[in-house]
Amino acid sequence: MFDNFGMQAAAAEIFLIATICVVLLVDVFLSDSKRWITYALSLLTLAGCAWMTLSYGVNERVSAFSGMYVADPMGDVLKLFSYATVAVSFIYARDYLQRRALFKGEYFVLGLVALLGIMVMISAGNLLTVYLGVELLSLSLYAMVAFDRESTVAAESAMKYFVLGAIASGMLLYGFSIMYGIAGTLQLDELAVELRSVESPIGLVFALVFIIAGVAFKFGAVPFHMWVPDVYHGAPTPVTLFIGAAPKISSFVLAVRVLAEGLDSLVANWQDMLIVISVLSMAIGNIVAIAQTNLKRMLAYSTVSHVGFILLGILAGTNDGYRAAMYYTFAYVIMSVGSFGMILLLAREGFEADRIDDFRGLNRKSPWFAAVMLMLMFSTAGVPPFIGFWAKVEVIAAVLDVGLAWLAALAVLFSVIGAFYYLRVVKVMYFDEPTDTVDIQAGGTLRAVLSLNGLAVLVLGIVPSVLIDLCVRALP
Amino acid sequence: MIPEFASNLLSFLPEWMQATTWYGVVALVLFVSIILMMAFLTLIERRVIGAIQARIGPNRVGFKGIGQPFADVIKLLVKEIIIPSNANKLLFVVAPLLALIPALCTWAVVPFAPNFTVADINAGLLYILALTSAGIYGVILAGWAANSKYAFLGAMRAAAQMVAYEIAMGFALVGVVMAAGSLNLGEIIEAQSGGHFSYFFWWLLPLFFVYFISGIAETNRAPFDVVEGESEIVAGFHVEYSGMAFAVFFVAEYVNMILISALTSIFFFGGWLSPFESWTWLPGWLRAPSFIWLFIKVWFFLFCFLWFRATFPRYRYDQIMRLGWKVFIPITLVWILVEGILWYYQVGPWAAA
Amino acid sequence: MPGIGKRMTLTSILFYAFSAVLVVAALGVITARNPVHAALFLVLAFVNSAVLWLLMEAEFLAIVLVLVYVGAVMVLFLFVVMMLDINVAQMREGFTRYAPLGIIVALLVVIEIASVVWVKRLGVDTTTAVPAAAPEGYSNTQALGELLYTHYLYPFELAAMLLLLAIIAAISLTMRKRRGFKQQDVAAQVAVRPQDRIRIVKMAPEKDA
Repeated sequence: MFDNFGMQAAAAEIFLIATICVVLLVDVFLSDSKRWITYALSLLTLAGCAWMTLSYGVNERVSAFSGMYVADPMGDVLKLFSYATVAVSFIYARDYLQRRALFKGEYFVLGLVALLGIMVMISAGNLLTVYLGVELLSLSLYAMVAFDRESTVAAESAMKYFVLGAIASGMLLYGFSIMYGIAGTLQLDELAVELRSVESPIGLVFALVFIIAGVAFKFGAVPFHMWVPDVYHGAPTPVTLFIGAAPKISSFVLAVRVLAEGLDSLVANWQDMLIVISVLSMAIGNIVAIAQTNLKRMLAYSTVSHVGFILLGILAGTNDGYRAAMYYTFAYVIMSVGSFGMILLLAREGFEADRIDDFRGLNRKSPWFAAVMLMLMFSTAGVPPFIGFWAKVEVIAAVLDVGLAWLAALAVLFSVIGAFYYLRVVKVMYFDEPTDTVDIQAGGTLRAVLSLNGLAVLVLGIVPSVLIDLCVRALP
Repeated sequence: MIPEFASNLLSFLPEWMQATTWYGVVALVLFVSIILMMAFLTLIERRVIGAIQARIGPNRVGFKGIGQPFADVIKLLVKEIIIPSNANKLLFVVAPLLALIPALCTWAVVPFAPNFTVADINAGLLYILALTSAGIYGVILAGWAANSKYAFLGAMRAAAQMVAYEIAMGFALVGVVMAAGSLNLGEIIEAQSGGHFSYFFWWLLPLFFVYFISGIAETNRAPFDVVEGESEIVAGFHVEYSGMAFAVFFVAEYVNMILISALTSIFFFGGWLSPFESWTWLPGWLRAPSFIWLFIKVWFFLFCFLWFRATFPRYRYDQIMRLGWKVFIPITLVWILVEGILWYYQVGPWAAA
Repeated sequence: MPGIGKRMTLTSILFYAFSAVLVVAALGVITARNPVHAALFLVLAFVNSAVLWLLMEAEFLAIVLVLVYVGAVMVLFLFVVMMLDINVAQMREGFTRYAPLGIIVALLVVIEIASVVWVKRLGVDTTTAVPAAAPEGYSNTQALGELLYTHYLYPFELAAMLLLLAIIAAISLTMRKRRGFKQQDVAAQVAVRPQDRIRIVKMAPEKDA
């Protein structure tokens, strides 16, 4: 009776939508003391999604729903990684949320819908689905930032995020519509073909400026980075953790799907724009971060600089470049999750642990977690043998390959500047006296997962081939 | 498009003017008959409610009070229209028109008899929904422009109430559209012809109740008349209006009542179809579809309007909201699901199709 | 479909008339001093664009525009705008200070757009033929419906998900337990039993003193 439009390719998405509805319904009937059921169901959902993605995995590009949906190995890898990231974010968030009476079902539902948005973007075969994915993700993030209704800082940052995000979405949409006017199609693969035959690129460049602006905003790259520090600082830490992790995968995939696949023929045009954005991001991100005293704000600027590095890989415009950017994204997400996880670990009732000073003398209190933070900070700074080092090596190599030696030199310079403020955190932990004697109160799961997270930074750095092979398989 | 006799009659005009003239005449006739119907509805309302409350009602003007509506009109016409000094004059004057115009425009797509609809458009049902929802502006603007607290409160209540009930109404109509497989009102009626149980009323009973009750709420009639609730906010949105300006609101309300009754008959009771269609032993003229059947059905529902007004106490405002959002919308959603299942197993009047 | 030929048809007259009103209304939206007036101008603009859609035989879009935007969105919008007492003078305080910068940015954008349009008309082929009128009995609504549930099924469902998300977000941000907030729980009222309200006390009769 029905044409199924190749629905099985989207099994994970359909499963996720169905379970979101189930979680939503179950949550309504739970009392606050039984809220852990929602939490467990959310984690089970993620496991189920992973199982779906694995069992319906593809070896080559498959499209479904009249080309609106695309499944490919890159998509599968990115999706699996997103599930893991979201799961870890949920696990880290639990203690914090419970302590602040924020442990509500909506938090997990919004997180899962955000994940749906990421998955939609990962599998987008059409500008329409790209846009819908962007909106699904951003709308849930706006709501998550404002989730703590008692906090005026959170409300303010949510407002900023919402207004700026809406403008960015508008720009993205405006660029897409001009593109549609010129090429007559929204389908990314058809767009790539159509655009090759367009004689005068000026209209396209006009559209491209808007698209790049939109993409750069979602990345949080300079000059569209204004929201990043405020939102990272204002949002409750678990939300900051969430925003800092999985959405970065979506930003990466947004750039790859739209720029690399759809606007492939305009590579010369967008490369120049991305170079400017990338250099500015690395410069401003690293330099402004030095002046921060709030760890969440510092990590926000650090994000801006890392985005600059991810863009380095993308702007190379080669398959190697995309692969390097993908590797960098993975590495960054692992490190970012860990760093914010550390803040959550130290946070307790009435104490946010989000200032750098709050880490004073951590070594006295807990040598092991000081070591974890040390590994995370070293890795983020790009010190060998941690994973962050290899990520930087990969992108810089990709840029060198396309003959942009000066850009590579700049990248190295900025990462050296950046190392300063990461090392400051390490200094505070090991050489300063602790200001209080309160022990870490976090639960066992958080401790265990965070320890694994810290070790991953080290192990994946010593054996970089694990993740690199994965990226090679994703983007052959 | 234009019937033959009309095009013969108007043959002295250029072609495009023929159509315009014809539709102009039809619209005028329609307008006059609806206004007349509305006028007598006011009289009947007072007599019916009088009867229910065991009193007489107006019976002085003309035979049994038949001249009463005309007396009222003359009274309102010669009354002074007062515009409050701090009112927004333009909007204050435009607001009554904004209430009346959509109410009248909607009649364009209503099928009165087989093959007689002024504008037989495909998306007739959507057109009706769109125009009835645009009718709110009259009420809101009247309340705001008058620069009076009572009027403003009425306007706010109207806005919230109408939006809430419009959703329930729209969902109820989704069920009708599913059953008929068309948005055209004529086709919706056709889909109900046939056996004893072919009226959608039997199959969409919950939707029918939701639709009709929402219709009462949409027209701000008792027991949902908190918009003008005189015991709380004097006369609500039209507290500052007098004379003809007030009368226009009054006309709009009654025209809307007639419209809701007509639409309920069309969507759920087969419009101009005869209720005795399948009783083959009856004479043919009783079984044939005709305007008379629609007329009778409309008056039945109009009577219900009056009946409810005389019977039920007014809802409290928060209860109105609760009823709309938490009761009606879920009912419609559930019934749409049930209908989908019935449709899938081909049980019901849609089985043949 | 403006009159491309020399003959002004009724359609093109209507097109220009409604477009003119549309442009005036759109200008009114941004120039009106009173926010309620601005919102009303927006309603006018919506209605006019609906008419333009009707002229292009897209009756479904036209009606839905009126139904959704005029009938629902703008009503709620007005609801909010009327309740807020916006002081226009206060909002314009910084106007003169930022005006020069604003003008410069606006000029830049105008120049950019003009140069792009001037140079190559965005590379768009502007000599498209007027599309043929739809055949008799063609239903725009039906065609759209068929397309939405087949070709655009996936984006359509995602849009539905987006709306669900908006509902969840709105509820989670606004519905919280406030102290001193009285609410009627009808279920509890209905479920009440006599025992909950009155206690029948059996007392031994008092002795006559």
